Amino acid sequence: MPGVLAEGSGFDTIKHWVNVLCQPHWFMIIAVVLLIVFLVGYRKVTKPVIAGPLAAFATLAFLASCFDPNFILIVKKADNVPIVMMIVSMTFFIWLSFRQAAINDERMENGQPLLEAGADDKVLVWPDLVYIELIALVLFTAFLIVWAILLRAPLEQPADPNVAPNPAKAPWYFLGLQEMLVYFDPWLAGVVFPGLIVVGLIAIPYMDKNPRGNGYYTFKERPFAISTFMFGFVILWSVLIVFGTFLRGPNWNFFGPYEFWDHNQPAALLNREPRDLFWIEMLNRPIPGNYLLRELPGILLLGGYFILGPAVLYVLFFRKLCRQVGMLRYGMMAFLLLTMLLMPIKMVLRWSLNLHYVVAITEWFLNV
Amino acid sequence: MLARITNWVREGQIWGSVFRHGIPRDRRTRAMAILSNVFLHLHPVAVRKSGIRLSFTWCMGGLTFFLFLVEIITGVLLMFYYRPTVEYAYFDIEGLRAHVTLGLQRELHRWGAHAMIITIWLHMLRVFLTGSYKPPREFNWSVGVILLVLTMLLSFTGYLLPWDQLAMWAITVGSNMARATPLVGYEGPGAAFIQIGGVPLVHSGSDARFGLLAGTFVGPNALLRFYVLHCVFIPLVVTVLLAVHFWRVRKDGGISGPL
Repeated sequence: MPGVLAEGSGFDTIKHWVNVLCQPHWFMIIAVVLLIVFLVGYRKVTKPVIAGPLAAFATLAFLASCFDPNFILIVKKADNVPIVMMIVSMTFFIWLSFRQAAINDERMENGQPLLEAGADDKVLVWPDLVYIELIALVLFTAFLIVWAILLRAPLEQPADPNVAPNPAKAPWYFLGLQEMLVYFDPWLAGVVFPGLIVVGLIAIPYMDKNPRGNGYYTFKERPFAISTFMFGFVILWSVLIVFGTFLRGPNWNFFGPYEFWDHNQPAALLNREPRDLFWIEMLNRPIPGNYLLRELPGILLLGGYFILGPAVLYVLFFRKLCRQVGMLRYGMMAFLLLTMLLMPIKMVLRWSLNLHYVVAITEWFLNV
Repeated sequence: MLARITNWVREGQIWGSVFRHGIPRDRRTRAMAILSNVFLHLHPVAVRKSGIRLSFTWCMGGLTFFLFLVEIITGVLLMFYYRPTVEYAYFDIEGLRAHVTLGLQRELHRWGAHAMIITIWLHMLRVFLTGSYKPPREFNWSVGVILLVLTMLLSFTGYLLPWDQLAMWAITVGSNMARATPLVGYEGPGAAFIQIGGVPLVHSGSDARFGLLAGTFVGPNALLRFYVLHCVFIPLVVTVLLAVHFWRVRKDGGISGPL
């Protein structure tokens, strides 16, 4: 097997294309397309006949990739093992919940009872629940002990403030935020966005007034809520973590999964400022000295986005929803949704225009 | 023979003083088994049959709590061997690795922490996809989100303690963000306006990052501060919120299900 996958074989072409497709823009586009396909076709895609072979193929591809020296070097890093586990368990549980949602949605259409039906069907906690808990506890303890025996916790050289590793990475669960630093300044990526994620999560039950889908798996009864959450959780959180962990090497440069982390590759060159785009390239005039005037096009763009955005969304999609939940809730929801969409918008702007900032008031550290 | 001994123990005064109910064989004694036990009474006496199906809850909330207990036990075992000072921290961990018999506690602690982050995310995913945050459970969802943040902060503060390159630079990268906090970070937007008579109040020696690290870089003070946050402060807050979280699960109608 290793011989077949060694260098110079036909697999090199495949590896090359995987490397190419893992570049940020392709990776994100493919991930979003896959999520949309999954959400639209969840009733078919989650069927074991389709999901089973897909899972088998993914497992096979992963195992085959482990023969690649550059791939295995990153994957077997002790602290990266949990991320592999996260990807596997998350995929499995997303499948499991959407499978049940598909069954429930079909049953509701046919007027049959839900999987979770039978509200009065109660069982005693002793023994029915405590025994489940006991078994889960024993199995998980065994799993944890085996994991601890097989894999040593990492311990590198003693801390030295004078020797910075390259790349220096935050703990893996924060790597999505670190990946955001590519597109936004620390005050947004490291402070404001995480804060808004927490606020947004807490606000969910107060904004979502849809009374259906309470206490059972369904997709059909709350497509907007679930799609938005899945977009945030899978694309904006998990995919960015995978990105930051497996595909970002020295100087935070991008490296394909089968590429060597070359320290000599120069840092990515940034970038164009909106002021150059507007004043020089569009109007062919010198950039104004006053920074507010200088950044006016960006400020107008951003202001328009947050002021007109809710109105546009209202006209296009949310008339009914706004009537249901009221102005205040709708305003809050639209603000959070637009903030969330800033991330993909900025990504696209970066990939297409190589845009650095939308508003760059560097004098105040106020760059968006 | 064995049955006779068990019977003798169970009918004796000692057993009877600990477990006030009989053997849980009928409905009444089984209810008593839950009601008369301080730990088990976190549960209601009876639950929905569909609610305890593994495919419904995935056991993820319970596993997260279990991992919290694992972290406390292994954490205490680690504290026996660890001194949170720059001189000793790294070498204590190295010594633990090299010399302590059955010294798996660091592995269990670290992998348990990673696993806990995964299980708590999956727990949140499950609660969201089943719509279990909807009334009457809105407040408990909020408590859960705070617990999620605290779990990640617990993991983050613990990440520094081995005091190796991985630890130090991960925390440096992470805590550098605080420097850019609007208004209270010295490289954050608006901080320059907070001044009295031209003297800036927010500078590298007084901003949010300084408060987090007790210094301008990840040094001895930061190590001690993270140690106390990790071992005492955050676990205490988590424990209190856990009590609220579990209590509210019961008060809000137990495991969710269709109405």
